[in-house]
Amino acid sequence: MLEYIAIAVLFLIAVVLAALIVFLGEIFGPRHSTPRKAMPYESGMRPVGEGRRRMPVRFYLIAVLFILFDIEVIFFLPWAVTFRKLGLFGLVEMFIFILILLVGYVYAWKKGALEWE
Amino acid sequence: MEAALIWEWVIKSLILIFIVLTGFAYTTYLERKELARMQVRIGPNRAGPWGLLQPVADGIKLIFKEELTPAEADRTLFFLAPIITVIPALVLMAVIPWGDTATLGGREVTLYLADLNVGILYLAAISSIAVYGIVLAGWSSNNKYATLGGLRSSAQMISYELAMGLSFVVVILLADSMSLLEIVKAQAGLWFVFIQPVGALVLFITLLAEVNRAPFDMPEAEQELVAGYHTEYSGMKFALFFMAEYGKMIVVSAILATLFFGGYLGPGVDRLPWLGPLYLGLKIFVALFVMIWIRATFPRIRYDRLMAFGWKVLLPLALALVFITALGIMLEQMWLVTVLSLIAGAVAALMVNRALRRKEYAR
Repeated sequence: MLEYIAIAVLFLIAVVLAALIVFLGEIFGPRHSTPRKAMPYESGMRPVGEGRRRMPVRFYLIAVLFILFDIEVIFFLPWAVTFRKLGLFGLVEMFIFILILLVGYVYAWKKGALEWE
Repeated sequence: MEAALIWEWVIKSLILIFIVLTGFAYTTYLERKELARMQVRIGPNRAGPWGLLQPVADGIKLIFKEELTPAEADRTLFFLAPIITVIPALVLMAVIPWGDTATLGGREVTLYLADLNVGILYLAAISSIAVYGIVLAGWSSNNKYATLGGLRSSAQMISYELAMGLSFVVVILLADSMSLLEIVKAQAGLWFVFIQPVGALVLFITLLAEVNRAPFDMPEAEQELVAGYHTEYSGMKFALFFMAEYGKMIVVSAILATLFFGGYLGPGVDRLPWLGPLYLGLKIFVALFVMIWIRATFPRIRYDRLMAFGWKVLLPLALALVFITALGIMLEQMWLVTVLSLIAGAVAALMVNRALRRKEYAR
């Protein structure tokens, strides 16, 4: 428990520092905003359309796959810590778990979910 | 809880932040000097002797720069994004052990802020928070380049996080603990890089991708995306993003050194615990040097290949390494781990080579 309070202390100091840096800029920086300066930067072109447009569906797909496999990785952590106690049973068990997940991985691969065109 | 303990934490936190801040400033200096040398230039040499005051000059200049907020930006998120990005870089340092216990003025002092029993989980959790700052920065700017840059870098970071997590698992298996202090102590006989060299390589590659360094510096692909997610940022808010990037480089080097290269261990560290920070600092410096060297040597890789490499090569390879390590531990034959993982790495490299050839000749 004590360790977490120590981390909280570091976190608080980090927040204060980050806020301080931002406010330094706010205090000392000049402010002469004009409509042209406040335009989105597009290499000198006049921006066409919204800046936040619809995004390619690929990114969603990657995020969904990430959640699936990240949970798998998280399952690995407690297994790895207790591995020496589990022995052969742990190894076989994890192998079966991964085999099931590998089916999904191979399916996603064959379906082209990992391709990027 | 005694007051002395709280003061100890405050002082240690301030020291850690000081290390990241000065480290950040002089990593930018190191990068400019080293890149200049590799390109047969001189690099910064005007401010102070050998240009040593250049980072200070840059910092002061940035304080007096105008800060722009685009008219249609989401003001709250635009303001918060740099702060959210920089905090993980600073907070990650908390669990890195710089040594065991040492005596200072008759008082036992531990040379780390916190030794969590789930240290590795903490690293994985906090480092993925940084993705939020980058996505929010890109999205809140209301700028096409920034949005695309933010999306790209977040997709890249989460893709490489899987292989990173699996190479953490390799370390946990070898050390039989998630506490970073225990992991370092387990390497007293032999650094893990000698047992599992391919695991160290996978971790290094994924960490490079995690901090968006060359050759994975997609979000900063100047030719396509201007400056990526921080296109619209200027002044001190830009400085915060810069700080986060270089601060994370330092932290990531420290993580690599701790997990595979023996952390604070070195000759004589048992008798003189104060040598610990020195050894870790030296290892961090070497890792930073190599990172900058890589930027000078390798061209940026294409985005589709970047994603394919993460998902189709690193993920299966890291998975194989986990099982190889587990097998070796169970049979108590550590040489088997080294041999089998080197074979796995060679197979992966051959497959990448073949895939690249096929693509090039097909087009």
